[in-house]
Amino acid sequence: MRVNLKKWFHDGDAWVWLNAAALSVSLLMVVGLLLLIAVRGLGHFWAKPVHEFDYRESDTQVLRLIGEIHDEERVLAEQLRAAGMEVASDEEMVTRYLFKTGNRDVGGLDFRWVLDERIEARRHPESLTVLERREWGNFYGYVRAVKEQGKVVAEGESAWPELQRRLERVGNIYSQIQKIQKDEIGAINYRMERLRLKGRKMELEGDNTPQALAAIAAERAELDASYQVLQKQLNELYSRVQRDSVAVEVMDGQLVELPMDKVVRAYRPNAMSFFDKLAFYLEKVWEFVSDDPREANTEGGIFPAIFGTVMMVILMSIIVTPFGVIAAVYLREYAKQGPVTRLIRIAVNNLAGVPSIVYGVFGLGFFVYFLGGNIDALFFPEADPAPTFGTPGILWAALTLALLTLPVVIVATEEGLSRIPSSIREGSLALGATKIETLWRTILPMASPAMMTGLILAVARAAGEVAPLMLVGVVKLAPSLPLDGNFPFMHLERKFMHLGFHIYDVGFQSPNVEAARPLVYATALLLVVIIVALNLAAIAIRNHLREKYRALEH
Amino acid sequence: MSANPPLFQPEQLLRLQRWRLLKDKLARHGIAVGGLGVIFAIVLIFFYLFYVVFPLFIPASVERQEGYTLPGGGGASLHLALDELNELGVRYTETGEAVYFRVADGEVVERYQTAIGKVATLDTEGVIGRLTALADERGQALLVHHGFRVTYPDDVRTVLPRFEYPYGEKPLTVDDEGSVLRLLELRDGEERMTIAAMTADERLLLNTFAKESSFLNEDEVTLERSVTQLEGVDIDVQFLLVDPGQRHLYAAAANGELLHYDISDPDEIHLIERLHLLAEGTRLTSLKFLLGGYALLAGGSDGSVTQWFPVRDAHNVSTLQSIRSFHDQDAAVVDIAPEHRRKGFLVADGKGRVGIYHATAQRTVLIENVADEPLSLVVISPRGDYMLAEGESGRMYRYRIHNQHPEISWHSLWEKVHYEGYAEAEYIWQSSSADNDFEPKFSLTPLSFGTLKAAFYAMLFAVPLAILGAIYTAYFMAPGMRTIVKPTIEIMEALPTVILGFLAGLWLAPFIESYLPGIFALLLLLPLGVLAFSYFWQQLPRQIRMLVPEGWEAVLMIPVILFLVWLSIALSIPLEQVLFGGDMRAWLYNDLGIGFDQRNSLVVGLAMGFAVIPTIFSITEDAIFGVPKHLTFGSLALGASRWQTLSRVVILTASPGIFSAVMIGLGRAVGETMIVLMATGNTPVMDMNIFQGMRTLSANIAVEMPESEVASTHYRVLFLAALVLFMFTFVFNTLAELIRHRLRKKYSSL
Repeated sequence: MRVNLKKWFHDGDAWVWLNAAALSVSLLMVVGLLLLIAVRGLGHFWAKPVHEFDYRESDTQVLRLIGEIHDEERVLAEQLRAAGMEVASDEEMVTRYLFKTGNRDVGGLDFRWVLDERIEARRHPESLTVLERREWGNFYGYVRAVKEQGKVVAEGESAWPELQRRLERVGNIYSQIQKIQKDEIGAINYRMERLRLKGRKMELEGDNTPQALAAIAAERAELDASYQVLQKQLNELYSRVQRDSVAVEVMDGQLVELPMDKVVRAYRPNAMSFFDKLAFYLEKVWEFVSDDPREANTEGGIFPAIFGTVMMVILMSIIVTPFGVIAAVYLREYAKQGPVTRLIRIAVNNLAGVPSIVYGVFGLGFFVYFLGGNIDALFFPEADPAPTFGTPGILWAALTLALLTLPVVIVATEEGLSRIPSSIREGSLALGATKIETLWRTILPMASPAMMTGLILAVARAAGEVAPLMLVGVVKLAPSLPLDGNFPFMHLERKFMHLGFHIYDVGFQSPNVEAARPLVYATALLLVVIIVALNLAAIAIRNHLREKYRALEH
Repeated sequence: MSANPPLFQPEQLLRLQRWRLLKDKLARHGIAVGGLGVIFAIVLIFFYLFYVVFPLFIPASVERQEGYTLPGGGGASLHLALDELNELGVRYTETGEAVYFRVADGEVVERYQTAIGKVATLDTEGVIGRLTALADERGQALLVHHGFRVTYPDDVRTVLPRFEYPYGEKPLTVDDEGSVLRLLELRDGEERMTIAAMTADERLLLNTFAKESSFLNEDEVTLERSVTQLEGVDIDVQFLLVDPGQRHLYAAAANGELLHYDISDPDEIHLIERLHLLAEGTRLTSLKFLLGGYALLAGGSDGSVTQWFPVRDAHNVSTLQSIRSFHDQDAAVVDIAPEHRRKGFLVADGKGRVGIYHATAQRTVLIENVADEPLSLVVISPRGDYMLAEGESGRMYRYRIHNQHPEISWHSLWEKVHYEGYAEAEYIWQSSSADNDFEPKFSLTPLSFGTLKAAFYAMLFAVPLAILGAIYTAYFMAPGMRTIVKPTIEIMEALPTVILGFLAGLWLAPFIESYLPGIFALLLLLPLGVLAFSYFWQQLPRQIRMLVPEGWEAVLMIPVILFLVWLSIALSIPLEQVLFGGDMRAWLYNDLGIGFDQRNSLVVGLAMGFAVIPTIFSITEDAIFGVPKHLTFGSLALGASRWQTLSRVVILTASPGIFSAVMIGLGRAVGETMIVLMATGNTPVMDMNIFQGMRTLSANIAVEMPESEVASTHYRVLFLAALVLFMFTFVFNTLAELIRHRLRKKYSSL
């Protein structure tokens, strides 16, 4: 069918298509963004092959390069020439790789650009080993020998199984050391600090009788004694863990000796089968969600950030739900409907649009400095001048976010209440129930899915909010979790780590952004998954609810 | 059941009834209190922000305390100083005595008689200096240090005098000819000390003492003196000043004429300029440095004070320029006392009045009638909260000063200010620095500008996409597709902005940098390509067209758009070579003079636009979907096409709703923090260039708030920024909400 172009425009069909395109662009952006995060985030844990290149650095020099290909791009040969590089190829575009050579402590840099055309030979020897270390990032090379106190115990082919065996032993000892250091010595330090505060409090209150002081001194001596015992244990473990080392040949032929206590794991990606890689992948994912971060958060896991986020969100839910529901019930069921309630409703609605940073400023000024400062002055004079609650912490963060998400809960609950047909209220009242009974036995249970929706949306918002948290309690690295085995177990005054802030901090504040980037994608993916799941749940509950009430109305 | 008869016993029933009613009542009140409490908590945010900001606008006040006659006697003071805690003061008398006295009652605590029995003239180093040079009548100067030390005998804080001779108790020779020194100016630095002096026989001498510390004892310093006589001093010098860097010497006469010398090399002193500080006919009665020793304050016989400081011109030569002047007192200025930690100063005049000023804010804070007699000296305490003024009759007047935030004025917050070291008046935000002499620059203009700039680019991207998309969803889309689209858009709204910011900063910004021509090609190709394709689609046979039913056009568009995006990116590099000589950024800079930052407004616009689209989309969609159907049907029945109905009937009806959607979207863009924080360089520039970054109010708060000292001016200004954001979004949202309310009413009446 021929359509006249002029008429086509005049009727506006062109516009319809443009509108459709605008929508498609929006949808594509969402899907594309989610895919981008998913691909990059998931890809991070897959064992990548390790390459060995003979690379022509200049006309006279051919280097051996060992490492992973981190990124690939096509650039104009012209641009490279302008930057002073020699490009032999006649083609306009050349391929270059961002090559991760690791070994930061040996070579200084762990990334370099490599031109595809200059690679003269590529090999993937199975014996190429990746050593993941606690410090300085990955190490690439050939394992040549395993040593015990400087003496070679295994060489050549037998070095690899020996290394695996010994790494397992070192890993066990290392986790013992961690346990003693973090849990046991941490607990002693914590009790010591409490003793100090107790003594200081007595001094302030004037009841520092000799007996009391003696009791404190005795307790301190006891703690000191158990500390000494632990310290001895630690020293012994340290000497055991430092026994072994491994000699690795790096790409320039140098033999580098690595102490084994600095190695987390060793693997040979080129020798791994698909299922080996899969197992390795799962192990890495587990490490990611369950381990503490290493290397200024750029490696290891993000467990403290997950824990902090979850705990903060739970605290916030505990605060926001009752208040939000009470406010909604008051507005909908008790307050006299009129211009005042309408005004309040508009104001509450608008608060959802107030920038989150404003809540952060309020939280810092009011909760932290004003409330926290006064709490410190009243209840914790012994800790002065170090603030206890007068400094950002998880409680204040939860309160601030509770305030931020209050409108969400109020609006959702109110909507739920308004959807309940008045016939139900009237029926209950007609049967002689009081208002509160009607509310408690019929209205609230019926509105509970709406409250649930509100709460889920609030949680989703709180989990992704970062700007206010930067002011009221989030830190890049918290020394201890807000929940641990030391009395009183819940430490609401402590600072915490947060997934969203982790993304910001590692992605933008860390010294080695390039190395940290994959981890940031993985963290972002985790956060997105949590939030999308929560939102989908809220949407599902809401749809279900609509169906239910539609049935009620008829 | 038989064990449960109470229901049927009347008094028990009554009790139960009462209990139920009581519960009901309790619940009613409980919920009312709770509900109102929550609403109150929300209102609290506004009031708390206001409460913190309010002190910025409280006018300063002074509190008179009882005065006394000069402690220790001995004629008028030559110099006065106070300790940090306003407990002890010290004054130098003409007889060469330093008298320490208690500020509260004027009781003399200690007196130190120096070797100089009759002081010809005296000068104290710098604004906050404690080193004083006393000149005798034989061309010599004695250096003394008046200090204070705080001790805690029996846990009671006590301030005690501490009087020392840092360069020995023997006076230093200043004039080899031994004539009387009429004027003295002292400057002490790490490596050298300068003493400029005017002798009674009108020679201007410049003494430079190079310092050499001995090997064994760091504190033992020997002075190596050299002296130069300045040539060409043809004015009757009454004021001498040397800057802290010991590079500039200013000599001024009573008629306001000033000679500006470069003394950075004592062997090659030369006159830089000669100028008049005051208007014709006004006599110069006081000349002092402002804190930092950069700006000069010239007090005139008409009560005016003019601030001058060196400004670099195009040839890199610094010459003095008159920056601003204050004229709120009408008697001759007798003394100027600069504050020790801020760019403020006190001015005492011949009618017994003292004015408090702030230079940067260009603000006359307060004028107070201190005495009924002319004053001769005024001094401000190091913390700026106390003042002593000496009258000509020898009486000491005491005032406590409440002046927390003099640096804030409309001028300093919103207008162009000429700051020290800048060539001209500018809008600058620079809140803190390690240097004590730092002049804080609290202009909110560049931050507000950055906020609006970011919001502008975001809206530029978001508004068309969101509104067009919403129109399609609400009006043309098949219901089956709606059930997919709406949740997707809701997910889009829920995506944490930190993730958008992270992707914008680490993925999008480098991507745009490498494919800049492609991005612009896409802007052009996308609408054209879509139109071309849809026109082509219309020409296809009916059977093929029926494969995609009406209302599913958006699905058909997806592959088209993907292809167009791929095409633009693939064309990017060839385009760059053909049109821009291989490097578009270099071309922009060299040919158009436009600078290119990797993290720029374009990136922010895209990322923040992404965040704003769902907000605008949902509200617009609501408004259009809510338009009563019979309007549409009427129009269609009259023969209008789908689009004609939409554009002439539906959109017109829904336009207030669309407007409010845009406003709410704008509110969100203005307050967004993480995206701008991560996707721009956060430099507070005033520049509409799309390839340059910005610093927004919200990002600024996020960056600076944690480090700001509680209750300081900086802290309160940040709260003010938060309040501005709050008000802005609140007003916009309320307006939008009211419009929507009215719209809903209109719909229901239709």
